Amino acid sequence: MSASSAFNDEKGGSSSVGEPEYGHDPASGGIFSSDYKRHDDLKEMLDSNKDALKLEAMKRIVAMIARGKNASDLFPAVVKNVACKNIEVKKLVYVYLVRYAEEQQDLALLSISTFQRGLKDPNQLIRASALRVLSSIRVTIIVPIMMLAIKEAASDMSPYVRKTAAHAIPKLYSLDPEQKDQLIEVIEKLLADKTTLVAGSVVMAFEEVCPERIDLIHKNYRKLCNLLIDVEEWGQVVIINMLTRYARTQFLNPNINESLLEEGGGGDKTFYCSDEDEDEDEEKEKQAEVSALAKRKPYVMDPDHRLLLRNTKPLLQSRNAAVVMAVAQLYFHLAPKAEVGVIAKALVRLLRSHSEVQFVVLQNVATMTIKRRGMFEPYLKSFYIRSTDPTQIKILKLEVLTNLANETNISTILREFQTYIKSMDKDFVAATIQAIGRCATNIGEVRDTCLNGLVQLLSNRDELVVAESVVVIKKLLQMQPEKHSDIIKHMAKLTDNIQVPMARASILWLIGEYCEHVPKIAPDVLRKMAKSFTNEEDIVKLQIINLAAKLYLTNSKQTKLLTQYVLNLAKYDQNYDIRDRARFIRQLIVPTEKSGALSKYAKKLFLALKPAPVLESPFKDRDHFQLGSLSHLLNAKAGGYQELPDWPESAPDPSVRNVEVPEWTKCSSREKRKEKKVEKPFYSDSEGESGPTESADSEPDTGSGSESVSVSVESGSPSDSEESEESSESDEDEEEEEKEKKKKKKEIKQMQASESEQSSEDDRKRDRKIKEQKSNSESESDEDSESESSQSESSDTESEVEVKKKKKVSEPKPPSKPLKKEKKEMSLLDLDDFEPTPSPQVTPVNTFLSNSLVTDLEGLSLSDSVLSPATIAPSSALKNYELLHRITGEGLSVEYCFSRQAFSPDANMVAVQMHFTNNATSDTKNLHIEDVKLQSGMRVKEFAEIELLPAGEATTAVMGVDFCDSTQAANFQLCTHTRKFFVSIQPPVGELMRPVFLTENEFKKEQSQLMGMNEISENLTLDAKCRNEHAIVQRVTTAANLSRVPCGSDKECRFAGKTVTSGSLVLATVATKDEGAAQLTVNCEKMVIGTMLVKDLLLALTQ
Amino acid sequence: MIHSLFLVNASGDIFLEKHWKSVVSRSVCDYFFEAQERATEPENVPPVISTPHHYLISVLRHRIYFVAVIQSEVPPLFVIEFLHRVVDTFQDYFGVCTEAAIKDNVVVVYELLEEMLDNGFPLATESNILKELIKPPTILRTMVNTITGSTNVGEQLPTGQLSVVPWRRTGVKYTNNEAYFDVVEEIDAIIDKSGSTITAEIQGVIDACVKLTGMPDLTLSFMNPRLLDDVSFHPCVRFKRWEAERILSFIPPDGNFRLLSYHVSSQNLVAIPVYVKHNITFREGSSQGRFDLTLGPKQTMGKAVEAVLVSSQLPRGVLNANLNPSQGTYTFDPVTKLLTWDVGKINPQKLPSLKGTMSLQAGASKPDENPTINIQLKIQQMAISGLKVNRLDMYGEKYKPFKGIKYMTKAGKSVSSYLFEFLFI
Repeated sequence: MSASSAFNDEKGGSSSVGEPEYGHDPASGGIFSSDYKRHDDLKEMLDSNKDALKLEAMKRIVAMIARGKNASDLFPAVVKNVACKNIEVKKLVYVYLVRYAEEQQDLALLSISTFQRGLKDPNQLIRASALRVLSSIRVTIIVPIMMLAIKEAASDMSPYVRKTAAHAIPKLYSLDPEQKDQLIEVIEKLLADKTTLVAGSVVMAFEEVCPERIDLIHKNYRKLCNLLIDVEEWGQVVIINMLTRYARTQFLNPNINESLLEEGGGGDKTFYCSDEDEDEDEEKEKQAEVSALAKRKPYVMDPDHRLLLRNTKPLLQSRNAAVVMAVAQLYFHLAPKAEVGVIAKALVRLLRSHSEVQFVVLQNVATMTIKRRGMFEPYLKSFYIRSTDPTQIKILKLEVLTNLANETNISTILREFQTYIKSMDKDFVAATIQAIGRCATNIGEVRDTCLNGLVQLLSNRDELVVAESVVVIKKLLQMQPEKHSDIIKHMAKLTDNIQVPMARASILWLIGEYCEHVPKIAPDVLRKMAKSFTNEEDIVKLQIINLAAKLYLTNSKQTKLLTQYVLNLAKYDQNYDIRDRARFIRQLIVPTEKSGALSKYAKKLFLALKPAPVLESPFKDRDHFQLGSLSHLLNAKAGGYQELPDWPESAPDPSVRNVEVPEWTKCSSREKRKEKKVEKPFYSDSEGESGPTESADSEPDTGSGSESVSVSVESGSPSDSEESEESSESDEDEEEEEKEKKKKKKEIKQMQASESEQSSEDDRKRDRKIKEQKSNSESESDEDSESESSQSESSDTESEVEVKKKKKVSEPKPPSKPLKKEKKEMSLLDLDDFEPTPSPQVTPVNTFLSNSLVTDLEGLSLSDSVLSPATIAPSSALKNYELLHRITGEGLSVEYCFSRQAFSPDANMVAVQMHFTNNATSDTKNLHIEDVKLQSGMRVKEFAEIELLPAGEATTAVMGVDFCDSTQAANFQLCTHTRKFFVSIQPPVGELMRPVFLTENEFKKEQSQLMGMNEISENLTLDAKCRNEHAIVQRVTTAANLSRVPCGSDKECRFAGKTVTSGSLVLATVATKDEGAAQLTVNCEKMVIGTMLVKDLLLALTQ
Repeated sequence: MIHSLFLVNASGDIFLEKHWKSVVSRSVCDYFFEAQERATEPENVPPVISTPHHYLISVLRHRIYFVAVIQSEVPPLFVIEFLHRVVDTFQDYFGVCTEAAIKDNVVVVYELLEEMLDNGFPLATESNILKELIKPPTILRTMVNTITGSTNVGEQLPTGQLSVVPWRRTGVKYTNNEAYFDVVEEIDAIIDKSGSTITAEIQGVIDACVKLTGMPDLTLSFMNPRLLDDVSFHPCVRFKRWEAERILSFIPPDGNFRLLSYHVSSQNLVAIPVYVKHNITFREGSSQGRFDLTLGPKQTMGKAVEAVLVSSQLPRGVLNANLNPSQGTYTFDPVTKLLTWDVGKINPQKLPSLKGTMSLQAGASKPDENPTINIQLKIQQMAISGLKVNRLDMYGEKYKPFKGIKYMTKAGKSVSSYLFEFLFI
């Protein structure tokens, strides 16, 4: 603090800590040197090791930024503090960084590593904020890093981080549009997200990056509709606007019959005249009409279309004007005519909001009233103008009132208009007069009344009012000039007084046009005008020439000289336009020898009957812009505006929106359910469920793994009904699963055996792990203990098993595959028995079946294997490799396989099961291994010598090899009593690991620590037979000795294992996409293993 | 979405700028200044201005223009609504939203803006969440911070954003648990010269101040919910419950918030609580005009009409007014020609009146505009529509909260005009 006060003294003690100084603006000080000096102070403060000083310095700097002063020269000093512990300093540094990184790209790179570290933080909020800042730094060099970070965050467990990822997408896109394809992948992934938190943000990203990829929406359409009400308000706006566009491409026009009706002669007006009555009547009436028409062309609304309308309607009650407007435009563009009316009330409500809101809403209402006048008629009075309205609001309200005017309400509207004319706001008065004119043209009955009213205004003291009236009257008179010669006379008199050019021009035009109605006055007016010609405005001059020409044609006797005079004046006018006009008219009307045929037609040319002008609303046809959009407001296409497509002629296939498997029936882990609970829509509470409770996710520190899940009834309910909805594809799955289950029963015993064996060595480790993971909650340790107990249970039978194991060796393939499969399944079952597992009948086997039954079952399986001898094709689970061919081995053939069981004498060794068959006619004796040649570090545990292998017999033995986590071959000699054979065992990389059991959380955590170099990912196209989850699991587990990790998403399969020797983790993820595309990701500290594993897995999955 | 934000004061200076994407030069505001110059009144500046490369969307609040710069298509209401939310947040944080307050708290303002928008898209706009992120400055905290060097930034990151009730912060604790609800109704009416009502409507809001521990779940029911014609809710209100039972069921945010705003159906006749007798005349040729105004209460159900303020925009020709109020004080601004009369409470026994003469410009002809009269008033303990809260129940927590409901009627803020009319704003 002392240092800081010293600083204050330096500055004259005028600035207090925590309060940025405005008075001490260096620029206003005027001297640049002081500017420098000051920045030196700031640098000093930033370099100090006191947080208070740093904070003070940062506050000053931020204040500078806020005022738009340049603080970029401080960049090096500031960026150093990016890793500061003080959270406020850190935040302000972020603010600074984001502001100046673009200008100081090289220096900005210094900060990147901090954020990269933050991306791996266990706290979800820190991960999110790191991603947020990282993606806001507009430095092109870090695009790949951003891309990686976004991809990672998009599959983060925390919905908040995923939301941030969605926000980051448009940032990256604007920085480097080349990334579009990759970003679309991420968007696609995030669109499938089921949390409300993410929905709004990802749709926003969609709209900015790839609004044309409407196909990405299909699968998510229903989900978006259903989530909509719980999405935050800003997201709602974006989603609704996007869905409007979507619906326009996917559904049929619900008003198709009504438009037929209109064509058939039924007008809008008659249609709506009942509006003042009860809405219901109106609706019934319409429905009746619609149904009558339906016979002609049946229209059935797509249920998805209906879903959208139904789910957006409650949002009309939102407090957010933008949401209300979005729903209103959706209804206007998509709803059947009879239903559009519901939006009127909500829009009228918005008129009581801030004037800016009113401005926008009125613009949209004005457009709507042209097409659908009826729906606003009941609210006519809400558009009455208040003296305190800003002028622009008044004018818009006038517009709406004019649009709403019809025969029934015109008298009230006109009375209202009359009072407006007395307003002090002249712009508004002028607009009112124009509005009266429009009412008069549109509604024949009141035309005379209006005209009379306007004529009265001609005597108004305000010239602007008069001028405006003249212009409007001119337009009105064009409709029935013959009746109104007295008005024309009256106006002719006005030329003496009125000075506004537009009005003068209008009067002159009128007189010229209808000079036959006022034959006496017209020449006189021309005379006066000729006198003042030189002083008139251009627009008036042109009309004088016009008038002269017309009079010359009709009344040349009186006006010939005058016309000549005017034309002569015009000939020397300064304005070339007027000179041209004069020349042209002279040639046209004054017959000379040269002028040919044209002058004969002069009269026809000038005095042709002109069509009366149509006074139209400026809002007409604006509805081709999507309402509520900026483009609509400006009546011009704004950048990035997405056209609202026309309705399709015939509806595209609605089945594209079918989601094959309702995801939540598949939710396969507690993680998943937890998420679901969190996202349970708030509003659905009212449907009989208990009120929302604090969700598990709300504890920030355990964000990565808090498990306080109370089992929800919903997810525990049997999923039969949903499953029946599944497509045939999944039915097949089920059948397969069914088969699996049967197998399972048989093999449970084996599995348990292997488990228990494994557990013996793993237990200790696991125990330690449990202690380490104290943050994990009870339930998880429960699960651990549970599995332990199941192990101990099975240990009773262990001895038995061991005996049988030897037999089992003779048929090596079935045990291993289901073994892994089983392991996974069982762990899931252990996790919680509320799991809607697709194999309910198996569930009890694990938990309840007595040991004896288990043995029985196993006995069954064994007898099976006896029946089907060891010739079963080695295609499935365990692959047999040939060690010694029987020809080279002179009758002795040896095959080996990796049994995938722990090699009990040495845990670091891979168990290799050798299968010896003596095909020779003589016995083979003393089978053993000699002369082992190994790479350094590798070790071999030989099998015990086989004393005798009689002719025609077979036997097995197990040896252990420590491959030292490499695929180097182990070379040795296989010796019999007579011969030695050089053989080698080369392990496929998949066998160099053993499965480990991880929870999803642990997996995520571990994975996040194995990024960058340690991550290898490949895109692939899945083999046609291997497109379902089940097949993928099978193929991966066959290719590599990994165990499956429960996973929240059905699009992803995760596997984990660790290398046998070093115990490095090996994590594999297969993320599937549409059309068999998939992405394989392997994370492993040992890059060589990782690379090779990727190759192997690719092969396994694509063939 | 929103690129940048500029705050412009009444004299046309940019006193704060914030960019969420690439920096946009402040010269873009020149277009705004042009429009500002063209506009006769400050509120006449068009909310949306198109410039060659950008669009400017602005709102005017507390005599500060909040000018947002956008570059591509975005619903204008989206931006406008957001800007208003920003102003509301400032007001919430600093008590007032003035240039001075913003300048004094520029760092907090900056931090707030940073949190509210990410890449131009709103991130956290709920005040409960923001207050957890950035603590509002108080005198006490400022002092403590100065001494201890601690900060305004929350040490813990907010959790509300992640929960199903994003509007409520977690871990709320109070020793006194209280929930107050203010039912405030505003009448908007236009009355013509002869005293008959042209339009009249009632809008109401229920503002709540809820200070309850934990996660309370409240329900509020009305005696006469059918009065409510059109409603809009705070996001916390369960819409389906309202649709089905006409009950407001919600988990409230912590602190002050607007629970509901409503409109009373126009079928119900609106009782105007006061009447005005007026006689304002100008004689042709004379430079004097007479001004005579009397107010009286009407249909107030025995409640006193308070804080009455009458204002009238007199015609331009009026030079001065020499009036005599029976109670209260009046002022006349000869420049804007605005007459305001602060009446105070209306005593039914002795009706307030304002009488006197106006002097007109010599030789000017009789003004042909009619002045409008705007009246503001307040009636305590009465909601003019007759809306009554039936009961308030709390679930989910054990303690007994203290509950309070207050009714008030006001004249509206947005006034209207007629020949000779009373605008009740």
